[in-house]
Amino acid sequence: MRYHLVTHFGLISFVVFLVFPLVWMVSTSLKSTAELYSGTVTLLPKGLTLEHYRTALHDGLLLRSLWNSLVVGLAATLGTILIALPSAYALARYRSLINKVVLGWILTTQVFPAILVMIPLYLVLRSLHLTDSLSGLALVYIVWNLPFVLWMLFGYIRTIPQELEEAALIDGASRHQMIYRILLPVLLPAVAASAVFAFISVWNEFFFALVLIKTPVLGTLPVELARYTGMEGMARTGPLAAASFIATLPSLLLFAIMRKWFTGGLLSGSVKS
Amino acid sequence: MSRFPAKAQELSLQSDRVRQQMQLLLPVLLLIFIFSVLPLLRGIYLGFTDYRLGDLIRFNGLDNYRQMMRDSFFWRSFRVGIIWTITVTAGQMALGMALALLMNRKTPYTAFYKVLILAPWAMPPIIRAVVWRQIYDVDAGFLNAFLIGLNLLDKPINWLNSFEFAIPAVILVGLWGEIPKAALFIHAGLLSIPEELYEAGELDGAGAAQKFRFITLPMLRPVLAATISLSFIWNFNMFGMVWVLTQGGPAGLTRLPMLAAYEEAFRYGYVGYAAAIGNVMVLFIMAAMFLYLRVQLREQLQGGKA
Repeated sequence: MRYHLVTHFGLISFVVFLVFPLVWMVSTSLKSTAELYSGTVTLLPKGLTLEHYRTALHDGLLLRSLWNSLVVGLAATLGTILIALPSAYALARYRSLINKVVLGWILTTQVFPAILVMIPLYLVLRSLHLTDSLSGLALVYIVWNLPFVLWMLFGYIRTIPQELEEAALIDGASRHQMIYRILLPVLLPAVAASAVFAFISVWNEFFFALVLIKTPVLGTLPVELARYTGMEGMARTGPLAAASFIATLPSLLLFAIMRKWFTGGLLSGSVKS
Repeated sequence: MSRFPAKAQELSLQSDRVRQQMQLLLPVLLLIFIFSVLPLLRGIYLGFTDYRLGDLIRFNGLDNYRQMMRDSFFWRSFRVGIIWTITVTAGQMALGMALALLMNRKTPYTAFYKVLILAPWAMPPIIRAVVWRQIYDVDAGFLNAFLIGLNLLDKPINWLNSFEFAIPAVILVGLWGEIPKAALFIHAGLLSIPEELYEAGELDGAGAAQKFRFITLPMLRPVLAATISLSFIWNFNMFGMVWVLTQGGPAGLTRLPMLAAYEEAFRYGYVGYAAAIGNVMVLFIMAAMFLYLRVQLREQLQGGKA
């Protein structure tokens, strides 16, 4: 019993520390402007109001950036999966020197700071007239997501028995037919998990967007919120908290729904059920 | 792989398979080459030029690195980068370990706690910074109100703008954000340790501390090594969160190397110099990894002998 009390106390301390900022954000977003200005700071709001959500959603740029993030996120996710799936298949099923080359590349991308890739990439995209454009940004995100998604799908495909595919090939299906008709249904949970991962990384990404996007209406949500933060003034505290909560929602929801899948795939063996 | 036939046909099949693999991989290899490998190589090269945006690219050998030696801003940013990386990595490992061990004790609510501790991880890094800015706020922030309420403080502190507290304040946010990741990785490692080992240890009369020292730690070594290496690299290369928290201020105090490189390239236009900073960062990471893995290897060998 005492043993359990200590465990609970420890866990609760961690939870309080780790969850507190999220609570603070939600609480701030629900306090009235008058209360935020009042000078007395309380953990929970005295009266609830949605005025900041209204302000945030009436801010044209903020709304626009929400949309931009959604579009770029979906486009990049779709692109990443479409490209990564056949490639991961090819890597898992035919082993050759290329496997080592790709693995080497995946590891390299983890070590090198983004600035080294960003500068020349910026120059290349500028010559293609793809800087300050959402398509250019989506393209960068596809390449940026590839190492991890390739790695994840590669791991999953290896665990699937080959007999299934051989049967399909004997029946006269082409490689690509086989991948999308036979393999994809079996792989669906893995593909969904990778897609969620890809989408959230794009949704969260800041550096590339900051460098590549110059026109305010093309900014993604992180860029717009960072800009919004830079402008001082208490009037912005409430709307900023509200917008931040909106920005957190997709990942929060997806995390809650996909937690089992996600941790199961990322660190197999970590989920006991 | 077992069912691929032997000797006679092997050679032709082998080349056939490589060809088929190439067909499937060609698009992705091209994409990777054009938008990742080539830019990376060019980025490394730019570190040996005096390129400024809009100018011609001119090779200048080691000039950038000579200039870096004399550049006090560069040294300051590297110093704070190292302090930040070591503190956050060490802290997240220690606290992550504690949290993972707690999560490993079976209580009726463990699953519930496991969801809650992911809260920081679910927030985009930029949002983490935005929220902590509000917590640290001089007038409306929770931290000042809390400490004043407890009589630990007479007047509010401008945490992120103070020479004394800016670095610890930024480190605290980094730690807070990275603990869940470390805890989750270590927890996965803990689950893979066979129960029998602990039972055998108990039979031999080992206490909790001894079981941790002689069973848990050695069994976790691969997971710990991987988590430490990756976290070290990620923390060293961190940008967005700190950028939004402080923009590198006050007076460049929290200007991590990535922030310095970003400003050199995209604020002042010294692209060559920024790439050179990137090169030095890579060298530093590789040197740190080399040293770390050597220590790991030596410990492992000694552990084998003992």
